[in-house]
Amino acid sequence: MFKQTLITAVTVLALTAGTAAYADKYVIDTKGAHASIQFKISHLGYSWIYGRFNRFSGEFEYNEEQPAASKVAVEIDTASIDSNHAERDKHLRSDDFLDVSKYPKATFVSTGYEDQGDGKALLKGDFTLHGVTRPIVIEVRHIGAGDDPWGGFRRGFEGTTQVALKDYDIGFNLGPTSTSAEIILTVEGVRQ
Amino acid sequence: MSNHRVRRHQSITRSHQQSWGITGIVIHWLSAVLVLGLFALGLWMTSLDYYDPWYKQGPQIHKGFGVVLFALLAGRLLWRLAHQSPPPIASHAPWERHLAQVVHLLLYLLLLIVMLSGYLISTADGRDLEVFGWFGIPALPLGIEHQEDIAGAVHYYLACTLIATVALHIAGALKHHFVDRDETLLRMIHRR
Repeated sequence: MFKQTLITAVTVLALTAGTAAYADKYVIDTKGAHASIQFKISHLGYSWIYGRFNRFSGEFEYNEEQPAASKVAVEIDTASIDSNHAERDKHLRSDDFLDVSKYPKATFVSTGYEDQGDGKALLKGDFTLHGVTRPIVIEVRHIGAGDDPWGGFRRGFEGTTQVALKDYDIGFNLGPTSTSAEIILTVEGVRQ
Repeated sequence: MSNHRVRRHQSITRSHQQSWGITGIVIHWLSAVLVLGLFALGLWMTSLDYYDPWYKQGPQIHKGFGVVLFALLAGRLLWRLAHQSPPPIASHAPWERHLAQVVHLLLYLLLLIVMLSGYLISTADGRDLEVFGWFGIPALPLGIEHQEDIAGAVHYYLACTLIATVALHIAGALKHHFVDRDETLLRMIHRR
C-alpha cells in the first residue's frame, strides 16, 4: 500500500517535472500568512458574512513566457473554518455543513490556465469539498511579482469563484439568497 | 456511616428529620423539571430549520435556564452541606443504599460537567454567556483549539449519560414506591 503510493507519487512528480521544465515553482506563504482563503455568503439577503480557512497549504508553478502551463494545487484543512463565532463554526463543522470529521480536507488541483491578458486569467481545476469533486473556474488576477527585501522572490495572485452549496451536497437551508458562497483566494508564493 | 445509630435516634426524636424539608423538596423538583426540559429543548433546538422562529430563541432560553439550573445545583450542594440529610430508610438493603449514593453522586457530577461544557461552547470565542439578555457571564481565557467542538461533544454525550442516570434514579424511586411500598418517594413529595 505504502510502496504503491510512493511509486505513484514519484511518477506524478516525474511527470509534472517533465511538463513544467521551465516554470518556476512557488510555495504559498501560509507560514508568514501572506495568503488567505476567505469566503463570503449572503445573510438573509441583507448583508455579507465573511469567513476564512485558517489552515491550508499549496504551491503553484508559473512562467511569464508560458502562463498557460501554470499549475496550482491547494489543500485546505476544513476544520480550520473560522467565521469569528464559535457556535456558528461548530455548526459549520457539523454534518449539517462541512462534516469535517468525515471530510477533513478540501482540495483544489488545477487542470488549465487560460491567460486573458492584462493580468487576468481563468484558472480551471477540480475542487473537492465535502467528498464531492467538481470542475470549477477561478477568475484570477495577477497582482505583482518581484524581489522581497529578504533575498527571496515572490509572486501574488487573487482569485474568486462561486460555489453552489448543493453542488457539494450541502443541503442545509440558509434561505433563497444564501445558496452559494464566493470563495476569495489571495496567495503569495515564494519562489523555490 | 458510623454515626448511623445516632442519626436514627435523632430522627425518631425529631420526626421532620425523616423528610427532606421544603427547601430540599422544592430544589429537587425544580431541578427535575429543568433537567428534563433542557434536555428536550437541547435536542429540539439543534434540529431546527434556520428560518424557524425558535432557531435563535431556543438556544437563548436553553442558556438562561442552564444558568438557573447551575445556581440551583450550587444552592443545593451548599444546603446539603449545611443541613443534615434524612437517614436512609431502615428497610433499605445495604446494596440499595450504596447504589443510591453512587447514583446521586453521579447525578451531581454529570450535571456539573454538562453545565460547564455548555458554558465552554458558548464562550469558546471569548463572548459572554448571555443570560436572558439580563447579564453576561464572561468567558475564561482558555484558548483551547476547537474548544467549541470538544465541549460540544462532552455536552452532548454526557447529557445523554445524565438522562440515562436519571432514568435509573426514577426506576429506583418507582421500585421503592410500588414494589417495596416504602417511604422513599413520598418523603420527597411531602413533609412529614
